[in-house]
Amino acid sequence: MTAKIAYDDVEVGTELPAQTFPVTRATLVRYAGASGDFNPIHWNERFAKEVGLPDVIAHGMFTMAEAIRVVTDWTGDPGAVVEYGVRFTKPVVVPDGDEGAVIEVGAKVAAKLDDGTVRVDLTATSGGQKVLGMSRAVVRLA
Amino acid sequence: MALDQSFVGRTYPPTPPYEVGREKIREFAEAVGETNPAYTDPEAAKAFGHPDVIAPPTFVFSITFRAAGQVIEDPQLGLDYSRVVHGDQKFAYVRPVRAGDRLTVTSTIEGIKSLAGNDILDIRGEVHDEAGEHVVTAWTKLVARAAEEA
Repeated sequence: MTAKIAYDDVEVGTELPAQTFPVTRATLVRYAGASGDFNPIHWNERFAKEVGLPDVIAHGMFTMAEAIRVVTDWTGDPGAVVEYGVRFTKPVVVPDGDEGAVIEVGAKVAAKLDDGTVRVDLTATSGGQKVLGMSRAVVRLA
Repeated sequence: MALDQSFVGRTYPPTPPYEVGREKIREFAEAVGETNPAYTDPEAAKAFGHPDVIAPPTFVFSITFRAAGQVIEDPQLGLDYSRVVHGDQKFAYVRPVRAGDRLTVTSTIEGIKSLAGNDILDIRGEVHDEAGEHVVTAWTKLVARAAEEA
C-alpha cells in the first residue's frame, strides 16, 4: 500500500479537498444495475411517494461510495482505507430533471493514531441537510 | 412485533463463493463516477502494490448484503422487510477486495433491539477468500420501522 500522503505531513485538523457529487435519476438507475439494489424507491417516483417518501431517494450506499472518494482521491491508493463507517441520517432526495441533486462532502483529519494511520471525519450534506452522520474512515498513510 | 432475542449470536452457513471480476469492478467504479486507475488498470494497481485491480471500498456491500438475505428472509426471525431502512454501515479491511477473489460470507446476528416500536437488527458479515484468509468485515444495521396503528 503506497499512499501519496505522508503521515508526518498531516496534522489534526488538516482539511482534505472538498468535493461535490451530482446525482440524477440516471445516476441511480446506473448504480442500481451495478450494485444489484433494485429497490423501486431509488427509481420509481410513484412507488417512493406511496411509501411516504418525498420523492425518489438515492441509495444510502451510493452516498457512502461518493463520500469516501474525498479520502481515496487524497491518498491516491484506495487500498489505504482500513476502516470506513457511516450512519444514514437523512435521505438524498433526487428530483426528476437534468439537475437532480448534489452531495457535498468535506473531510478533515480528526486524530493521528499510533500505527501510521489517521482517522478522517467526513461530512456529507444535500439540499442543506446532513445526509451522513458518524462518518469516519481510518487510512494508512505513507 | 419485537424480534426474538434468542437469535442474537446466531451464525448462518457460509455462502457459496462470489467471484470478483475485473469488468464488474469497472462497472461499479463507473457507476459511482470513480476515475482512480487502481480500479480499472492492472498496471496502476500493481504500482500501488496490489496484484490486480482492486474494488472501491463499498463494492463488497453487494456481496455481504446478498449474504445477509439469509438473515433478513429467515422465516423464523420474521423481520418485516417492507419496513426496513439501512441505519448504519461499517467496514474493516484486512486488505482491499480485488479481481480474481472468490469470496464467501458468514453472517452473524450481533444484536437485536427494540426501540420505540422499531426493531433494530445488527448483522456482521465476515468475508474470507478461497484460501480461508480474512479479507473484510462488514457491519450492517437495519431498522424495521414500527407498523402504523390501524
